Amino acid sequence: MTFLRLLFRNRLAGLGAVILGIIIILVTITPLLPLPDPNATATANRFLRPFSEGHLLGTDHLGRDILARLLYGTRISLAIGLVSAFFAALFGSAIGIIAGYFGGRIDNVIMRLIDMLMAFPYILLALAIVAALGPGLMNALIAVAAVNVPFFARNIRGITVSLAGREFIDAARLAGLGHTRIILSELLPNVLPVIVIGISTTVGWMILETAGLSFLGLGSQPPNADLGSMLGEARAALITAPHTSIIPGIMIFLIVMSINLLGDGVRDALDPRLKSGALTRPRATTRVDRKGPVPQADQKGLLNIQSLETQFHVGPRIYRAVNEVSLHVSAGECLGIIGESGSGKSVTALSVMGLVASPPGVITGGAVRYDGEDLLDASYERLRQKRGNNVAYIFQDPLATLHPLYKIGDQLVEAIQSHNNTSTKEARTKALELLKSVRIPNAPERLDNYPHEMSGGMRQRVGIAMALANDPEVIIADEPTTALDVTVQAQILTLLDDLRRERGLAIIFITHDFGVVAQLCDRVAVMYAGRIVEEGQTKAVLDAPAHPYTKRLIACVPELGGGRRELAAIPGLPPVVDRLPEGCAFAARCDKAQDACHRGYIPLNGHAPRAVRCLFPEEVV
Amino acid sequence: MGSYILKRLISAVPVLFGITVIVFLIMSMIPGDPATAILGSYATPENVEKLNRDLGLDKPLVQRYFIWLENMLTGDFGRSFSLNRPVLDEILERFSATLVLAGTSFVLCAILGILAGAISAARQYGLADKLITLVVLIGISIPSFFLGMMMILIFAVKLKWLPVSGMYAIYGGGDLPDLINHLIMPASALAAVATGVVARMSRSAMLEVLRQDYIRTARAKGVRERRVLMGHALRAAMVSIIPVLGIQAGFVLSGAVYIEMVFQWPGVGRMLVDAILKRDLLLVQGGVVFVAACYVLFNIAVDVAQSLLDPRIKT
Repeated sequence: MTFLRLLFRNRLAGLGAVILGIIIILVTITPLLPLPDPNATATANRFLRPFSEGHLLGTDHLGRDILARLLYGTRISLAIGLVSAFFAALFGSAIGIIAGYFGGRIDNVIMRLIDMLMAFPYILLALAIVAALGPGLMNALIAVAAVNVPFFARNIRGITVSLAGREFIDAARLAGLGHTRIILSELLPNVLPVIVIGISTTVGWMILETAGLSFLGLGSQPPNADLGSMLGEARAALITAPHTSIIPGIMIFLIVMSINLLGDGVRDALDPRLKSGALTRPRATTRVDRKGPVPQADQKGLLNIQSLETQFHVGPRIYRAVNEVSLHVSAGECLGIIGESGSGKSVTALSVMGLVASPPGVITGGAVRYDGEDLLDASYERLRQKRGNNVAYIFQDPLATLHPLYKIGDQLVEAIQSHNNTSTKEARTKALELLKSVRIPNAPERLDNYPHEMSGGMRQRVGIAMALANDPEVIIADEPTTALDVTVQAQILTLLDDLRRERGLAIIFITHDFGVVAQLCDRVAVMYAGRIVEEGQTKAVLDAPAHPYTKRLIACVPELGGGRRELAAIPGLPPVVDRLPEGCAFAARCDKAQDACHRGYIPLNGHAPRAVRCLFPEEVV
Repeated sequence: MGSYILKRLISAVPVLFGITVIVFLIMSMIPGDPATAILGSYATPENVEKLNRDLGLDKPLVQRYFIWLENMLTGDFGRSFSLNRPVLDEILERFSATLVLAGTSFVLCAILGILAGAISAARQYGLADKLITLVVLIGISIPSFFLGMMMILIFAVKLKWLPVSGMYAIYGGGDLPDLINHLIMPASALAAVATGVVARMSRSAMLEVLRQDYIRTARAKGVRERRVLMGHALRAAMVSIIPVLGIQAGFVLSGAVYIEMVFQWPGVGRMLVDAILKRDLLLVQGGVVFVAACYVLFNIAVDVAQSLLDPRIKT
């Protein structure tokens, strides 16, 4: 039912269904309609124009009624298309199921054969078959069905292979069922929907192909005519009596278009990715739609995030990923943002330069000030000039974040040239220096490597080099070491720390690991369900965590050598941010929670830089 | 790279071999006696027997296949009885005409299709996207032979901008401008469907790529949006577009048969249809094998292009 609703929500698919429905009704009742005999010739009435007396659509070169021929022809075309689709699906699926179910040598031989059939441009095969069997409607049907067998065989084999390895097939085998039983009662019901979809996407083609063969004079033979041969016969009179060509042509067009529309609708309705709108293109910058007043500028830090609110609007749902987050970082300082996945830390970081995918992301409030200037208010070009030049990013997984098809040297050169008018030669020299500065061995050769040719640690060094390309003032590192193993992780952290001291970089470091925070950060902010729940100097927070959540998070870090402390996972899951509970978002998982924790708004309290969002903090701040 | 091409060529040998077997088997499905089919039912038994001997039809199936294969490998595709000339000569002459038509269409569909798809993705749900989607929908639904006929009606008969049919003007002409003049309509009619399919695939490939992390990286670097779209995104999308181009080449080649009929283009497709109607089976057999073999080789070229584009493919 939801499927049908989705199908008809798509207006074009609905249009297709209506057109196809009308055509099908017309051809079903054709024998009941008061139509002249489609094959009755009347040479005196040749080439009558449409709307002539007694001939609504005129007559053809033999004086036959075009309307009657059109409807009977459509009957034949539709029937032939459906029948050939049916047989192609029947034989193709049988072959595919046998190949996929038995596997091994049988599969190998069959699929080789299918590959060879697919090596032909389809019409050559069809022509060869018609050449052998002779022209005729039945032979055209056989040819078109045969040509489409490989398509079904290959698709159904793929599905069958994945099903054949599943438990229920094994269970059926163990139960002693024969191959035929298993195929018919276990496999077929699961494969059937795929076959039906296959038919719905190919039947349009098959109608077109049989019409094509008839058009060439190889399909239906006179006096009977399908749409293709009507068009083929009318071709001789194209210039003198164009309506004899146009009418059957438009009918083929309508049939194929309505089937295509319907097929697209079916596919869209079945593809869950399209439902959630995930296939929409992210814009160049995040959409900014601030509801409240823009916060006044204050003189905190080089990069100053003020009451930032970023949401994801998916259908009727609103996910509050970032909720009134205020953070700032000064030159030479390292600020850590810590939290579980989904706590909004990455979205906070990406909001700074408008890199949150939009749609569905929308920045709905607050301000992001770089050196006093509100970036949320900046034009795209202004923001672009700042991206990478003033504020640069290092991302988590460098295999996914570096372009797989560009050499890393070229990616570095591009980063440099996006902000400077340097020659490629100069930029390449700079790129080489950058690779050296992040301590990549054999830097000159590395320039010509592709990302997949490097190790994870080396790739992340490239990611850092790229962030440094334009000597930015601020670096936002979004879990840069999460995808790396521990020794490499330590090297990368040392590298970042050195760079900060040498260049006076301001770093925002996002992580879920308190061990990393302890090693690198001056200050830390703890995020939970889109809000900051605690902040302060790293040492102060680590020594005396005030929020129960922070305390639990610190308890998650294993301690080397000691082992006296119990390593505890936090029970439960963070709340979904489209249905945030009233009061404290952590209350449901907190063992100290009381009634008051579930009510009202709980503010962030304390004396800067220390603050906590808790009614019953572990420590007074 | 050289070794990769060689490897692909070697792997094509069994496919080419298989093609000849399939064509041969289909052709031997002919009901009744081929010689009678060729000569008609009034032929004398002596003539039928003689033709059977000439065609080698008195020998067993397997032996006949290998004789045919051996002859083909030495360049002897047999003699067309309806045209009374060597099959290979006719095929080569006709195929070059098809190559001009299909090649032009292929280039058209690749360039226009990718461009339309990229623009469509870049302006998703914008006016350009909706317009392109509509045109693409019409393009992939209209039979190419009908489109060709309508083009003749409009551009040749009504507007008199372009010649109705043929490859060259009968009097004068024969030069490149004349050829282009004759080529415009058939090439665009033939390209329409393929362009639509390529545009669709390019659009969804682009949309898929635009969600990838490396696109965000490019934006984070401050790369200009035009370059993000037409450089980073399109380059990555090409990896999934190129195989589609390979498949579409087959469809263009297939569609050429119809278009050659509509525009009286002296190509191999029209040759095949004529040969079928005249039951000139050697010509059909040779033509099908030749064109299929060319298509196999073309697909190897597509694979090579793909490996040049994507360094991750092991060569």
